Amino acid sequence: MLVVDVQKQLGDFSLKVKFEAEHGVTALFGPSGSGKTSIVNMIGGLLKPDRGRIAIGDEAMFDSTAGVNVPPHRRSVGYVFQEGRLFPHMNVRANLDYGRWMSGRKADTAAFGRVVDLLGIAHLLDRRPGALSGGERQRVAIGRALLMQPRLLLLDEPLASLDAARKAEIFPYLERLRDEASIPMIYVSHSPQEIRRIANIVVRLDDGEVRAIGGRDILEGAIADLFA
Amino acid sequence: MLELTPEEWTAIQLSLRIAVWATLVALPFGVAIAWVLARKNFWGKSLLDGLVHLPLVLPPVVTGYLLLISFGRRGPIGAFLYEHFGIVFSFRWTGAALACGVMGFPLLVRAIRLSIEAIDRKLEAAASTLGAGPLWIFATVTLPLALPGIIAGMVLCFAKALGEFGATITFVSNIPGETQTLSAAIYTYTNVPGGDAAAGRLVVVAVALSLVALIASEWFARRAGMRYHGE
Repeated sequence: MLVVDVQKQLGDFSLKVKFEAEHGVTALFGPSGSGKTSIVNMIGGLLKPDRGRIAIGDEAMFDSTAGVNVPPHRRSVGYVFQEGRLFPHMNVRANLDYGRWMSGRKADTAAFGRVVDLLGIAHLLDRRPGALSGGERQRVAIGRALLMQPRLLLLDEPLASLDAARKAEIFPYLERLRDEASIPMIYVSHSPQEIRRIANIVVRLDDGEVRAIGGRDILEGAIADLFA
Repeated sequence: MLELTPEEWTAIQLSLRIAVWATLVALPFGVAIAWVLARKNFWGKSLLDGLVHLPLVLPPVVTGYLLLISFGRRGPIGAFLYEHFGIVFSFRWTGAALACGVMGFPLLVRAIRLSIEAIDRKLEAAASTLGAGPLWIFATVTLPLALPGIIAGMVLCFAKALGEFGATITFVSNIPGETQTLSAAIYTYTNVPGGDAAAGRLVVVAVALSLVALIASEWFARRAGMRYHGE
């Protein structure tokens, strides 16, 4: 489904990763500074790799040998940012509708209603982002990315800015998303607890390289490493 | 007390017309240049920045003189515009609007540039992942978020245009009904024996107009700012 094989030099830090992701949730797991966010930025088109190839299905998003670099607005890759990044000058409804508006598709009230119900944000539609709690903001950000009908969803530490209670509030929605929406997801986190709950496949990163790929059991090795 | 003569009314209306046109015509150029200065790095950027700000530091008479020799009927730009488009600036109210627009331009650009620089570019990146191309990002994210600065810049430009004197009188002279603005009329009346009353009336009008412009800009800016914080 998603094929990533890229290299990127960022100052002193060099990133060289290769992995594939199938349906379900693929977690990118590793300590801060291991290159997780750079990788999702490259998949989303916000950061250009130096060399390599990124493909979704059989369509190349980036290919340095073929000279392909599809701009982010033509990739149809949904992105949920750590800080939400809702548009402050639009209410929640307009934020949710933004991707559909930019694509030029007709309004689909059924799809809109489904996502709003899935995330439990029906009562927030007329508010502005400034009036939302952190947890509500992240749910709206997830809805906004879903409603653009992406072929792939990137979630970059979507819970990192929230306290434990807010995390517990959002997690059930993420699990429903995994089980009900058939969109492949890349989930970035440094928290083994989060990943154990949500991921099908784990890609363990350290210092810009892939250390292991496998099921949730490779998390145990990672935790053991921490105490070695 | 404030009964204005037809001549005084003409000067006020002319001033308003000149200031409105100067501000509206300068606006698209101001937004474009502010965006370029805020977002792009290129060779000659300091030069462009300097040129834009020049009217702020030059003596207004010098700016007016430069306009006269370039936009006058025999000036290179003025001759070109007259021959190809039939546009005349010298000794017309359009020339006064041009002078006022040039004088207000640095204030306009400065306010808009600061507000564009204050925008979180991560929001623009978010818009691009949602399918917005560069022009749509500009129209739906950058421009609305810069709105308070755009309004502030327009008010500053308008106020500057309303009060402009030196460049205007040098470029298009002081012709009642054509180029005699509020400021020029006040200046003329103070030089005429018995003109104090007329000058006084126009001063009251000038103060009132400036106050209204300031209050309106505060109100607009607060409204635009409020939209980003809560409901």
